[in-house]
Amino acid sequence: MTADPILVVDGLRRTFGGLVAVDVEHLEVPRGAITALIGPNGAGKTTFFNLVTGFDRPDAGTWRFNGRDVSHTSAPKLARLGMVRTFQLTKVLPRMTVLENMLLAASNQRGERFLAALVPSVWRPEEAANLERARELLARFGLDAKRDDWAGSMSGGQRKLLEMARALMVEPTLLMLDEPMAGVNPALTESLLGHVTALRDEGRTILFVEHDMDVVMSISDRVVCMAQGRVIAQGTPDQVANDDAVIEAYLGRSHEAPA
Amino acid sequence: MDLGNIVFPAIRAAIGVPAAAYALAALGLNVHFGYTGLSNFGQVGFMLVGAYGTAITVDNGGPLWLGVLVGIGAAVILGLLLGLPTLRLRADYLAIVTIATAEILRLLTRTQRLSGLTKGVFGIQRFANDFYRINPIPDGRYGIGQVSFSARNLWVILVGWGLVALVSLLTFLLVRSPWGRVLKSIREDEDAARSLGKSVFTYKLQSLVLGGVFGALAGILLAIDTQSVNPDTYLAVVTFFAYTVLVLGGPAKVLGPVLGSVVFWLLLQLTDGILREGFNMSGGDVGAIRFALVGLGLMLLMIFRPQGIIGTREGAVLDDR
Amino acid sequence: MLGLTVLLVAVLGGVAHAQESGTSVGGTIFRVDDAGDRQPVAGVQLTVRQGGTDVGRAETSEDGTWRVELPGAGTYQVELDTKSLPAGVGLRDPDRARLDNVEVLGGQQKNVLFPLGKAASKATLGDRFDRFADLTANGLKVGAIVALAAVGLSLIFGITGLVNFAHSELVTFGALVAWEFNSLGLPLLVAALFGMAGGALLGFALERGLFGPLRRRRMSTTALMVVSIGLSQLLRNLYLLFFGGSPRRFEDYAIQQSVQIGPITILPKDIVIIVISLSVLLAVGWLLKSTRTGTAMRAVADNRDLAESSGIDVQRIILITWVSGAALAGLGGILYGTTQTVSFDMGFTILLAMFAAVVLGGLGSAYGAMVGGLVIGMAGEISTYWLETEFKYVTALGVLIVVLLVRPQGILGIRERVG
Repeated sequence: MTADPILVVDGLRRTFGGLVAVDVEHLEVPRGAITALIGPNGAGKTTFFNLVTGFDRPDAGTWRFNGRDVSHTSAPKLARLGMVRTFQLTKVLPRMTVLENMLLAASNQRGERFLAALVPSVWRPEEAANLERARELLARFGLDAKRDDWAGSMSGGQRKLLEMARALMVEPTLLMLDEPMAGVNPALTESLLGHVTALRDEGRTILFVEHDMDVVMSISDRVVCMAQGRVIAQGTPDQVANDDAVIEAYLGRSHEAPA
Repeated sequence: MDLGNIVFPAIRAAIGVPAAAYALAALGLNVHFGYTGLSNFGQVGFMLVGAYGTAITVDNGGPLWLGVLVGIGAAVILGLLLGLPTLRLRADYLAIVTIATAEILRLLTRTQRLSGLTKGVFGIQRFANDFYRINPIPDGRYGIGQVSFSARNLWVILVGWGLVALVSLLTFLLVRSPWGRVLKSIREDEDAARSLGKSVFTYKLQSLVLGGVFGALAGILLAIDTQSVNPDTYLAVVTFFAYTVLVLGGPAKVLGPVLGSVVFWLLLQLTDGILREGFNMSGGDVGAIRFALVGLGLMLLMIFRPQGIIGTREGAVLDDR
Repeated sequence: MLGLTVLLVAVLGGVAHAQESGTSVGGTIFRVDDAGDRQPVAGVQLTVRQGGTDVGRAETSEDGTWRVELPGAGTYQVELDTKSLPAGVGLRDPDRARLDNVEVLGGQQKNVLFPLGKAASKATLGDRFDRFADLTANGLKVGAIVALAAVGLSLIFGITGLVNFAHSELVTFGALVAWEFNSLGLPLLVAALFGMAGGALLGFALERGLFGPLRRRRMSTTALMVVSIGLSQLLRNLYLLFFGGSPRRFEDYAIQQSVQIGPITILPKDIVIIVISLSVLLAVGWLLKSTRTGTAMRAVADNRDLAESSGIDVQRIILITWVSGAALAGLGGILYGTTQTVSFDMGFTILLAMFAAVVLGGLGSAYGAMVGGLVIGMAGEISTYWLETEFKYVTALGVLIVVLLVRPQGILGIRERVG
């Protein structure tokens, strides 16, 4: 496979009660590319995301991020290492302003330490720099006019955009997007896809979950298909789209897969 | 019915030491509940360890300043002990463990086995003489008309409200800093905070300890005012009053608890005066009615005005899940 | 009432607790020997309580005297530990090991009497094993009562996400209603049915009139928790206003002669209580497992969205849970009142035990609450074999914290899905 994968997962397994939710033998995410993780509903994609990003604990398995074993690393630590995720149901911080949402996400802030917080002169310069960066990102995602609004007052699509912009404030090397296009109108979907491609072109790695195959084919460099917790196919979009197992997984359930 | 007997005690109560102490306790709850979203229902436990830490130290020959430090230290330890096992779990666990721990601390101060330290049900008296010895206010009465205080009272009141000002300033600085922003993000959605690299557990622990120390200061202030600690002062209802104060003033507003406490004590004492003077009711019934009204008030505020007196409706209910 | 007033003043005003110096209760314990002479008995243990908490303990000295200093005037309970009496010596009237209404005035040196005679029963009195067996039986009783009261708390949490601090007031309400009907002359068994119905009605009213509408306004569970605290405060003080502050007994079964079953000395009413509560628990367990409604309840508690999408009428299930949970809480209160006394704050005194039971068993699990209740009750009672009674709650909390550290989901809970 790729010479220098950013993420390598081995023997990852998670069960709920007696039900096997995830059982991935081996998976690699190539650096600097867009990888789509697809599969019908209930395939275990979100659970896989939760496990890899430290939001859930597996029954077994190891995984390496940038060559470092992070199987026992906590979610916040992983984010600080550069693996940043978003959520399927957006998690904006409703009773904070859009700008506060952005500023929060900046890493290694001195003013986040208790004692330093009491002395504004310690953290003011760094806050000003973060503010600058936050404004640029908001402008890029077309949210600059919303800067001082409550995040909770925004529409679903705007929340998706904010979540992506916020994740970028952390300066991720691997951006993991959980269904970034879900519940978003077609016009915005185009714009989101554009953002994702642009991020790849800046040199970031992107892994995103999507259950709608058509959406991913156009922009992905690589596609991994999961069904019933297992990886059933991986390769280029064309390879996966023509894979018998994938076709069966989708057709067998196509009647219940929402568009 | 003498209106003066209703109004003047109410004004005295609104600026008295208990009002300052409840403001401090509620300032602590504001850090917990208002800013971090932690449900600490055992704030009275922090008040208890603060007060007993002080009293026991002095009772065993230590100076008062050391006692105050011991009281604060005890609150830090209590915060850590409560937080370490529960803050990684769902929010409900903290609520249950804190109320239980506070009640158990009270029962422990009553026991014979510890009465060597705590003096059991009788409690410890007269441990704050050092504090009154340094009172710089000359003897006499100060105030206007019926709202006046002795030099001794005035001394505690000034120190008490001074403490409230100091703690409010500290809160102000903290919640406007990036540190405070992390607390708010935990209140809003701790998974989101975690996904952005914030060590949620550490911040929750800091929040619990800080608000607990504010609670301990409240306990120490009350204990110094009355020169006594006694197990039955530290009932669960004290925490509920502090919550009422917080919700009345407005959670997540720096001065909410201060305003809340003044209004709370004013209303409480007015009710008392009206029931006694206007309806000629006896002490026990007045107590029960007042307590019932506080409960009803807390419910109604939470339902119809969760933002308190000074908050905005929008900020309180926005996408509240 | 005076004691309570003092308490209120102390809490509300933060005013110095008025100490009445020199108030005490005491006496001399002696037996009359064959020659008709008074012989003082040393080493007899006595406990003075007020409203369920210990005020002090004393042991008689060589001259048979004992005395406990009191914090002030009020009504106290004095209990003589019959197992600390020497072999062959017993109370002349075995029912008077505990004096429930000892009125003490401020500054009074009150004396109380415990007349002794020949021990009525066997010579193994005071035997350690017997005491252990007694505590176990008592633990079973307390545990079963806590379990009954806690089932509803856990189910309501599981189904609506509400940690209901006012659940203790449902416990009290059942007992108060039963007491009122009992005092009108109805036998306790019949009055108990009215008590349970009263509890159920209150549960219905709270869900329909308060928590249901608030849930539909999408109020957060934390905010609901604070509302329930206000509600608890409101109800408890209304009870105080209408029922009064002093504890009362049911008309029936107030005084009973204890019976001996193997090593266990037990009151007949306690046997009935254990039988009733365990049967009801088993019945509830069966209903949850085998009836459609019961299965639906567990399904909703397990995964509300899934249950809703599979056609279960969630609102109806929530209402049924409130009504039945409140009735069970009421029954728990009635049984608790039968073993102890009925008072306005009785539910509040076992609220902690209920919480401990629910957390121990796994928040939201009905079976967990039952097991948790039994464990908490037993652990608390049996701990008094080694520790003072005040340590009962401490033991319960100790168990709770250990469980939280080792198995946070509780004994019967399942590790939940995150994200």
